[in-house]
Amino acid sequence: MSNSSPIDQTVNHLFRQASGKMVAVLVKIFGPEHYTLVEDVVQDALLSGLETWKFNGIPDNPEAWLFRVARNKAIDMIRRKKHQYNIDFSDPEQLPPSAEYMLSSTFDQYWQDQAIRDDFLGMMFACCHPDISPENQVTFILKSLCGFSTREVARAFLTSEDTISKRLYRTKEFFRANNIRPHIPPPAQLSGRLDAVLNSLYLLFNEGYSATQHEQLVREDIIAQAIYLCQSLLDHAHTRQPRTCALMALFCFHAARIHSRLQADGTIIPLSRQDRRQWDQALITTGNEWLNKAASGATLSPFHLEAAIAYEHCIAPGYAATNWKMILTYYDALLQLTKDPVILLNRSVALLEYAGAPAALQSLEALQGHRQLSRYYLYHAVLGEIYKSMNEKEKAVACFEQARQLTTAQQEQQFLSAKIADT
Amino acid sequence: MQEFLLIIRGGKDPGNASPQEMQQTLQHWQKWMGELIASGNYIGGQNLEPAGLTVLNSTTVTDRPLVEGKELVAGYLLLRANNAAEAAELTKGCPGLAQGCTIEIRAIRQLHLS
Repeated sequence: MSNSSPIDQTVNHLFRQASGKMVAVLVKIFGPEHYTLVEDVVQDALLSGLETWKFNGIPDNPEAWLFRVARNKAIDMIRRKKHQYNIDFSDPEQLPPSAEYMLSSTFDQYWQDQAIRDDFLGMMFACCHPDISPENQVTFILKSLCGFSTREVARAFLTSEDTISKRLYRTKEFFRANNIRPHIPPPAQLSGRLDAVLNSLYLLFNEGYSATQHEQLVREDIIAQAIYLCQSLLDHAHTRQPRTCALMALFCFHAARIHSRLQADGTIIPLSRQDRRQWDQALITTGNEWLNKAASGATLSPFHLEAAIAYEHCIAPGYAATNWKMILTYYDALLQLTKDPVILLNRSVALLEYAGAPAALQSLEALQGHRQLSRYYLYHAVLGEIYKSMNEKEKAVACFEQARQLTTAQQEQQFLSAKIADT
Repeated sequence: MQEFLLIIRGGKDPGNASPQEMQQTLQHWQKWMGELIASGNYIGGQNLEPAGLTVLNSTTVTDRPLVEGKELVAGYLLLRANNAAEAAELTKGCPGLAQGCTIEIRAIRQLHLS
């Protein structure tokens, strides 16, 4: 995928995307308590497509072809096994109370374009229910809406299939116990629920963006999924909010730089030494367009500010020529919105460049003794960087060493070892 | 030029393949078939449903094919090639081989002797 942007990747994901949409519609039809049945119908439809298209080629509208197969299989299931699955025909949310011979026309309504889009988003909201933990949210999104297998999700999160299976099981049980169905929240609740969805996508993107120990393809795959899901939010009038646009802009600006962040062997290249000619200008332009659209509302979300910071980095001709003053302003605004110590940490890096080491050091004093941060390798790495620029070599090396002990990622350890040797 | 029937047996994709793996399998098939079409070797072919009937004699019809699993014919192709060796060479590229299917090549007997 090195020659195409993560946005274009979606055309190569016919099976995955069709899978996600079919899961959403079928969960609506059968209810979350029949999730295994949903997965069976989807798998069956995909296999029919594969076997037929091997010999005959892909039809003009393969997705519609798969939906038709899934629709027919679902009708079959209900006709043959309705007693076994005990589907509640009287539940108006689940199936309209139509006579069985009406099934066919009732089912057609489920597979209208707009209904599919609604269910897909509805499923995203269901996955991001506030009572589901963030890690379970992203796990279930990848599995249900992105068509990842359990093994593929495990690889994406660098964990075991067993762990992923347990997370999926817990979410399915939660759906079942609370009768959670795919649906877009009513206007009164939409704002808060959308925040949860956006945060989940942000988390997913970061998983792909910052997990340096991943192979390149896996990282880009996760990034492409986050962008795909964000795009589906932007395609819908209800969820196309300014902060959704801002999140997309942020994704674009970060994704534009993924190829320059790591060496072939996986070693991290710091921003100051990245080859800026490798940055994807088309993605930066797309990101800028989304950032402009994000400016339409009255609200300023953290995504707006993070995107604005990323934008400043993208347009800077070089590291030293970066508009650090502007970036500092954005960080200050960000701190008004959230008291996240990691933001204060990142701000100190900008401060180091703009106002020098003493100012940066002073700003970090507020964080001294912060328990979580003292275990965060980046905190010590930044401190080391500050001491280094003050020529306090011993202190710098001590900080880099502490940072090296705190990270488990091999690439980060190598990076810090190089720093120590260089100090 | 001679015509050959390729009888593809077994090797149906495992039910637990992920959507992305299916996509890749399909892409391999498209590449192989595309090359056969571009080179003029391809005449036609179809995939077969696993279900079927077998007429054993004028009074008995069973409701399934005679064989199952690896022996079951999954599909057929008609190819044009100079000789059996060339047909076999073309067949070696079939992605189904990696999934455990076997392919029998049979020359179609000509009506007109050349």
